Amino acid sequence: MDLLTLLQVFDSTVRLATPLLLACLAGLFSERAGIFDIGLEGKMLAAAFLSAAVAYTTGSAWVGLGAGIMASLALSGIHGLASITFRGNQLISGVAINFLAAGLTVVVAQSWFGQGGRTPQLTGSARFEPITLPFAEALRDIPVLGPIYYELFSGHTALVYIALIFVPLTWWVLYSTRFGLRLRAVGENPAAVDTAGISVVGLRYTAVVICGVLCGIAGAYLATALQASFVKDMSAGRGYIALAALIFAKWRPWAALYACLLFGFLQALALRPDVIQSVLGFKVNAQLLDVLPYILTVIILAGFVGKAIPPRAGGEPYVKER
Amino acid sequence: MDGMPKWADVVLIPLISLILAAILSALVILAIGESPIEALMLMIDGALGSTYGWGYTLYYATNFIFTGLAVSVAFHARMFNIGGEGQAMIGGLGVALFCLYIPWPHWSLALLGGTLGAAVFGAAWAMIPAYLQAKRGSHIVITTIMFNFIAAALLNYLLIGALKAKGMEPATEKFRETTHLPSFQDMFSFGETALFRGTPANVSFFVAILACFAVWALIWKTKLGYEIRAYGHSESAAKYAGISPTKIIMISMLISGGLAGMMAINNVQGEAERLVLNAVEGAGFIGIAVALMGRSHPFGVFLAAILFGFLYQGGAELALWTKIPREMIVVIQALVILFTGALDDMVRAPLERMFLAAQRRKKGAA
Repeated sequence: MDLLTLLQVFDSTVRLATPLLLACLAGLFSERAGIFDIGLEGKMLAAAFLSAAVAYTTGSAWVGLGAGIMASLALSGIHGLASITFRGNQLISGVAINFLAAGLTVVVAQSWFGQGGRTPQLTGSARFEPITLPFAEALRDIPVLGPIYYELFSGHTALVYIALIFVPLTWWVLYSTRFGLRLRAVGENPAAVDTAGISVVGLRYTAVVICGVLCGIAGAYLATALQASFVKDMSAGRGYIALAALIFAKWRPWAALYACLLFGFLQALALRPDVIQSVLGFKVNAQLLDVLPYILTVIILAGFVGKAIPPRAGGEPYVKER
Repeated sequence: MDGMPKWADVVLIPLISLILAAILSALVILAIGESPIEALMLMIDGALGSTYGWGYTLYYATNFIFTGLAVSVAFHARMFNIGGEGQAMIGGLGVALFCLYIPWPHWSLALLGGTLGAAVFGAAWAMIPAYLQAKRGSHIVITTIMFNFIAAALLNYLLIGALKAKGMEPATEKFRETTHLPSFQDMFSFGETALFRGTPANVSFFVAILACFAVWALIWKTKLGYEIRAYGHSESAAKYAGISPTKIIMISMLISGGLAGMMAINNVQGEAERLVLNAVEGAGFIGIAVALMGRSHPFGVFLAAILFGFLYQGGAELALWTKIPREMIVVIQALVILFTGALDDMVRAPLERMFLAAQRRKKGAA
């Protein structure tokens, strides 16, 4: 196998890891604040639809992105209302949100575009175009490093770089700011945060909003960057894989990046059976590659490879003492 | 608060939640430019207006009774089994293996065998998440979600590989004639008048009703059921009373998985008469809505399952005659889960206050 094939696989790894990473960081903010969110999938799906629909109508991918974030935020609002204000079951709320998005996107898409629950193809500025990093063309002929820079680092859409920037940003916010400290505290011991005179409800809503924004970007990426339209169920379980990555990463931002790259790599490999065969010398079943993230997560959860301990107050509605 | 009488908790709250869900659904239908009243009429006519409609409604309801009971049993032990979908898929695998490789002499025996195969396979699929929850403390919701995906991939693998019949389709061979279950058409048609003609409703509907009674007896009439409920109410109290959490988690999840798996006698053995890809069609998830609406009581589950059967068949009719796509049902399902499950407190709290105020007034008058 030559360098170029390898770079192609890594390149699609980055592409496929991006939505996972955004959704995973979204879940990280939410769960670190003590709000379980299995509705990542639905929020991505809703954002994918509205971003594609608006991008198609306005011809601008960026306006589409804004609309996608709005769609995701609306669902976040429902989740916050159910799990923070009305102290409902966060898991059930997440399930409801996933179904709501799965159903509404198709119903509305059919009503708006009449193409069987999809949006028309996006072209030109309605899609995020790849960005060529400075000097990528000029340095291309340098052996090894040139192609690596050109193929792997350059030539992605803006959203990929945004997603990558969010990793150090999340790490900094979580561990170096007062807000981050409080956010982590509210996920471990909300009563202590409350005693210190800080609003548990406010913090949790903030986390849910951040989660909504990130899921919105992830969804918009799916429809307006990775692909060029919305199709029914296009999130295809990515929200759940992101959840798996979050557990795999034990709720830490840098580890989330590595976990998402790993799961993205598995998805990239599943698309290139010829590469696997030439490296390993035998055929690996595509279904096996597809489910490997889930199997790995179960193994991690089983505690065979280190223990994954979720935030202690996760899933518990906070009831103020009277 | 005991301000609220029992009937309000059991009947009034689900009813109000349902009405809220219905209002929002009607708004969605209005927003896409169709008439909600006409849609409802069409659904009632299509799902309940003929034995043909009922044949489909009850067929879907049978699936939902099984998956609804599955979720309910887990709920009683305060566990959220979101893996009914995967367990039902693997239950289908059990039915297929039992029907394909055992030469049953008569359908009644094949039904017993199929039920056993479905239950054992479904329970086995729930066992690993249950064990991980009981022994390793891994969250059952996450593991059962993962197992749904693993089940789908496994079936995918088997149906294009070892179990695939000749031809293009990813499906098994047709089951032998002797395993075919009598349909409602076979059972209820007299002479010339064929009722339920061509509908998939079959004898497993009655197995589902039996399952309702069995679950009711188990939860409220046996020691095990008492232990399950005690554990669900308070883990520490149950432990103090000498109830083993490991045992309760394992047993309730095995029963839950078995019930979800048993759905396969309806859709695989009863309807398709072979195992096809994506045979479950989301029924495992509808079980969540059904259990929430039915307040985890078998009778409630039965009624809620009929309601969802009606929605499913009615939704298919809608998609046929109007521009409202089938996915509208998914929206309604989501709203039902949202209002009866997650936003329960929103409906409950004002009602409780109302009843308390009424009580106080009565006391003041006396």
